[in-house]
Amino acid sequence: MLWIGSCTKQVVFAMNKSGQKGDVLLDIKGLRIQGFSDEKWHDIVNGVDLVLRRGEIMGLIGESGAGKSTLGLAAMGYTQPGCRITAGEIIFDGVDLAKLSDAERRKFWGNRMTYVAQSAAASFNPAHRLIVQTTASTIRSGLKDRSEAYRDACILYDALNLPDPEHIGDRYPHQVSGGQLQRVMTAMAMSPRPDMIVFDEPTTALDVTTQVEVLSSMRKIVEEFNTAAIYITHDLAVVAQMSDFIKVLRYGYEVEEAPTRQMLSDPKESYTKSLWSVRALEKKEQEIGQSILSIKGIDAAYGTSKVLFDVDIEVPKGSTVAVVGESGSGKSTTARVITGLLPQSAGSVHFDGAELPPALADRSKDQKRRIQMIYQMADTAMNPRQTVRDIIGRPLEFYLGLRGKAKNDRITELLEMIELDGRFLERLPSELSGGQKQRICIARALAANPDFVICDEVTSALDQIVQEGILKLLLRLQKELGLTYLFITHDISTVKAISDQVVVMNEGRVVEQGRKTEVFQPPHPEYTELLLSSVPEMDPDWLTNLNAKRADLQS
Amino acid sequence: MTQDPETYSALGEVGAFQERRTLWSRLKLDLKKSPMTARFGMAVILIYAVVAIFAPLFAPYGEAEVFPIPYAPWSSEFIFGTDQIGRDIFSRMIFGARNTVGIAVATTLLAFLIGGSLGLAAAISRSWLDQFLSRSVDVLMAIPSLIFALVLLSIFGSTVLNLIIIIAVLDSTRVFRLTRAVAINVVVMDYVEAARLRGEGIGWIMRREILPNIMPPLVAEFGLRFCFVFLSIAALSFLGVGIQPPTADWGSMVRENASLIQFAQYDLKAGLTPLLPAAAIALLTVAVNFVVDWFLHKTSGIRDE
Repeated sequence: MLWIGSCTKQVVFAMNKSGQKGDVLLDIKGLRIQGFSDEKWHDIVNGVDLVLRRGEIMGLIGESGAGKSTLGLAAMGYTQPGCRITAGEIIFDGVDLAKLSDAERRKFWGNRMTYVAQSAAASFNPAHRLIVQTTASTIRSGLKDRSEAYRDACILYDALNLPDPEHIGDRYPHQVSGGQLQRVMTAMAMSPRPDMIVFDEPTTALDVTTQVEVLSSMRKIVEEFNTAAIYITHDLAVVAQMSDFIKVLRYGYEVEEAPTRQMLSDPKESYTKSLWSVRALEKKEQEIGQSILSIKGIDAAYGTSKVLFDVDIEVPKGSTVAVVGESGSGKSTTARVITGLLPQSAGSVHFDGAELPPALADRSKDQKRRIQMIYQMADTAMNPRQTVRDIIGRPLEFYLGLRGKAKNDRITELLEMIELDGRFLERLPSELSGGQKQRICIARALAANPDFVICDEVTSALDQIVQEGILKLLLRLQKELGLTYLFITHDISTVKAISDQVVVMNEGRVVEQGRKTEVFQPPHPEYTELLLSSVPEMDPDWLTNLNAKRADLQS
Repeated sequence: MTQDPETYSALGEVGAFQERRTLWSRLKLDLKKSPMTARFGMAVILIYAVVAIFAPLFAPYGEAEVFPIPYAPWSSEFIFGTDQIGRDIFSRMIFGARNTVGIAVATTLLAFLIGGSLGLAAAISRSWLDQFLSRSVDVLMAIPSLIFALVLLSIFGSTVLNLIIIIAVLDSTRVFRLTRAVAINVVVMDYVEAARLRGEGIGWIMRREILPNIMPPLVAEFGLRFCFVFLSIAALSFLGVGIQPPTADWGSMVRENASLIQFAQYDLKAGLTPLLPAAAIALLTVAVNFVVDWFLHKTSGIRDE
């Protein structure tokens, strides 16, 4: 056994060098994967074909639950616990991975094919130095000896634009930032010079400015070493930057596959078209009417540390005011002051002409009813033990005193308003998708018949495709019900899509405030500029152009 | 699922839908997948429960019925012989199940009622109330509970009611700590904040928002706490301050017949007699632990692979 092992290793090593660009590396035929849950086998991937050639990057896109991660892992011959491959072939360089035993497959993993996970912070072992983890599989499979692998790791760190490439490997995972860690993981994946890398949403957890850097360095290194890659994401703009061709998945079926440019300019299927069109969402600015909420000179503090300084915000009736800023800029604290969770230490909040008592306990039931809040994480905003009926029904009962049939009718009506239906009544939050959860939270807020809704980063935890659906819904509801939104976000494209007015906050102060068109008009402060330029666009040349522009600026 | 497969729709998003099942069919599914140890544990607990409830039907003689033959050997008349004043040991063991287990269950319930509600209140208020309760609990826990119980029982007298109250109060400190710890994790959730924003009262938040979400660790703790309470009662009875004669109880039965163990060299069965109630205690404790282990594993969501 040992002898066979070492023999295969040498073959592997030899074959690593043998491939030519354009040779078929991976050929998946009619792959079917099932997962076990709720006492039944469910189809996750339903007969997907995939061909990947050396030196090519394939983008896999789709909503969550489309089977893209399962397919990406299956490309390596791996299935998650509770899943099984029921049919099809996974031919990697002439070997059918589906037929191999785990021990045989393991010989491919970590040297001929590698994986970059979504959450770098959760994927590193906190007890080992980065360089040890970067080179572990390379050294273990005997591709390089320790000193050679370490030297090579430093070269990779440098190629990935990590600061201080000679020494960053000596640090522990918690000593570098999330974006850096994601790049170290890419270096780890590159270290054995694999034939193929699977990137599973590697930039989803990063903020836009970091994302651009990580994307550029990933693309550069994949091109440099002629590696084939599968890039899984739900971000259409990102996939446009990264991939040579794109495969769109839905419900475990392939919807469409085409080279990137062709796919972007001329999508064939209507589902793909609907994905492309959502990026174009942009709200027309409304005329500024009378203020429904006005905050004057608010100071607020958590204990002794002061977080808000003299904040003034005017929110006109029936419009959307977006509050933008980095984390820690006081956006959410402002929301807490408005809702009464954090009474202000100075200043006043006027709502519809009357001053609101600072503390929640002093506000009347009607005042509480008219201001509703939607949270960022729909998962934690709903009690996991309550059904949709209980969640939406409670405010109806509590504020409006609806019971029995009147209540049930209203719940169904609300579900239809958020584009769901009566089948969801008895479901628990854990049985809903991310977008559906957020919709239920919206319905809960609407159940109170509010005038003013605070949306705290409501879309930032969602897939992009789902995000746009939620934004459209919010816009439609605003039109139909005349709602006023205070929309807290750090995402500029969301601001463009939904707001009439923009408030830019920084370190607890309002930096800029005004109509959307005015605020987005240059010149802006440096931070706003960086934010604006880092939002990926659907143009496949965008990243290349941006990098050229930034390089110019530096030189 | 799909209404309009052509374009994106919220209805068509993939969620992990679970079939609606009745409590009974869910229970059957769980039982089918349960490991042997858990099944053994459940069977033992079931047998104990049946014996305890229908004790007078199973027992050949009365609980305190005295026969003129003390220390009778095992025979067809007295299955496990008789004790020092001539009471049938088999019958007393059956009645002992009722007394010991019954008192332990009542004590555990009371401990959870006190510890659970105070723990929840402390977790929600997070103010001087939390400080006051937590520090008082620290003080109570600093005194070894068996010795503390001994002292209190000597002061207030060894009645069943005193026994239940004293052990319940001492054990509620552990329940308090656990409830407070798990409830604090839930209190910070957005849905609790949403309920507060809505203007819900503290009762609603405690019962409807927090309690259902901390049930699994509490149920598991209930099983374990029951074992400890059961053992404490047996220990106190063994020391003579627990359940008082003529009420049959396993702890005091061990003590009363303890001297028989020296006769093991002459008559093995006689030597085994004091060990029988001890074995009954041990078996129940092990059984409850098996079931709790399984329950914890099941609710922790770890896959068996």
